[in-house]
Amino acid sequence: MVTGPSTDSEQRSMETQRKIRVLIAKPGLDGHDRGAKIIARALRDGGMEVIYTGLHQTPEMIAEAALQEDVDAVGLSILSGAHMALFPRILEELRNRGLTDVLVYAGGIIPDEDIPTLKEMGVAGVFGPGTPMEEAVRFVRENVTPRHGEL
Amino acid sequence: MTQGSKTNNSVAALVSKMLSGDRGAASRLMTIVENRQAGYREAMRLLMPHTGRARILGVTGPPGAGKSTLVNKLIEAYRGAYKTVGVVAVDPTSAVSGGALLGDRIRMLGFYQDPGVFVRSMASRGQLGGLAAATVDVARVMDASGRDVVIIETVGVGQDEVSIAELADTTLLIEVPGMGDDVQAIKAGVMEIADIFVINKADREGADRLANQIKTAMRLLPSPQDAWIPPIVKTQAILGQGVDELIEAIGRHRVYLEAEGRLEKERRVRLETEVLGRARDLVLRRLLSQVEQNGTLGKLLDQLLARKLDPAEAAYLLINEGMGEKGMEA
Repeated sequence: MVTGPSTDSEQRSMETQRKIRVLIAKPGLDGHDRGAKIIARALRDGGMEVIYTGLHQTPEMIAEAALQEDVDAVGLSILSGAHMALFPRILEELRNRGLTDVLVYAGGIIPDEDIPTLKEMGVAGVFGPGTPMEEAVRFVRENVTPRHGEL
Repeated sequence: MTQGSKTNNSVAALVSKMLSGDRGAASRLMTIVENRQAGYREAMRLLMPHTGRARILGVTGPPGAGKSTLVNKLIEAYRGAYKTVGVVAVDPTSAVSGGALLGDRIRMLGFYQDPGVFVRSMASRGQLGGLAAATVDVARVMDASGRDVVIIETVGVGQDEVSIAELADTTLLIEVPGMGDDVQAIKAGVMEIADIFVINKADREGADRLANQIKTAMRLLPSPQDAWIPPIVKTQAILGQGVDELIEAIGRHRVYLEAEGRLEKERRVRLETEVLGRARDLVLRRLLSQVEQNGTLGKLLDQLLARKLDPAEAAYLLINEGMGEKGMEA
């Protein structure tokens, strides 16, 4: 027989602080991850738990990592120009795994004219060079699905 | 799973999905038990009967010792023997921001298409006694999900890590020549937790000296008649050298454990430690939620600062105030 904690405050104090978990991924073949690492550090400094995948990730690798780590958000960093080819496949692999409530966003070199199409696909935000770190962190904090209750 | 599934999926449904092989359900259960969020106790109650089958390996050592690389090679070896593997990789939480960068996964990417391998990163978060309990609970989810081997990887620098190591069936302590850890290890008292010593990067100068120092230090430890004598295995994890010997040593430790009911005895001791630790945390939390609400702690601190009270007496008063009449039975 399981009995609940005796008080609300006790239940609250039993829970560890809920953290936003973010996967920062580098899809495809470009070999530059300075930007991804800076973003990863900014998110960490913003109090989030950040899992960095390293370079050269396939859509399957990214989706599988998102599943195993049960992240709230996936940030895709891409400089190669292959976003229109890779992002749909990443979104599909996420859907295949039932990860429909994960916030997917992107940063890197992405032409303005591609942004509407990407948003339609389900990429919630696109950030170009020069985006202030605070904005990148705030975007994640404000847009993750509040599935842990209050975050 | 649909929108908001983290809250809508009942714990019982998640558990039965997980038992039928759903990795997403397993992953979500790990989140629930790690955060101790609603449904945590029900999850653990439902999972417990399905645990106890996996072999739990603890891998600990200083930063840069090659733990993740070695774990990667262990996964490879176990997969080669058709065993499924779960990894819980713990990295430290920043004390400043409360955030964490979890990078161990990078070294274990080779298995992303292999459903027989599941890697979960955890941040240490650093709350009262919580790390060991949360890590063990996540490992239990992996155990219940049918993993043959569960590897818990931690940076071996503090008390929490030592307590995690105590919760594994077999603990590997990874050392590297020339890092000064030979002496550090002995000082920190983590020698006692090792079932197997691994000297990684063994091509480096000083590997033999380190092995001798470990041997010498071991002689200083009390060792009863039929006690396990931790072997020292030299590896070069990045090249895969010594991994076969390490697997063999782990196997021998398993045989030792399974003889004469030692495993049962050890598990009993470990469970006792765990339950008492959890009970201590609960009592403390209950006490704190009481005395914070009624302001007792603040009043006692005022008296302490005015030197009208001593800390030992204050602790007694705190307990009496917080739990005296009805606190404990709540």
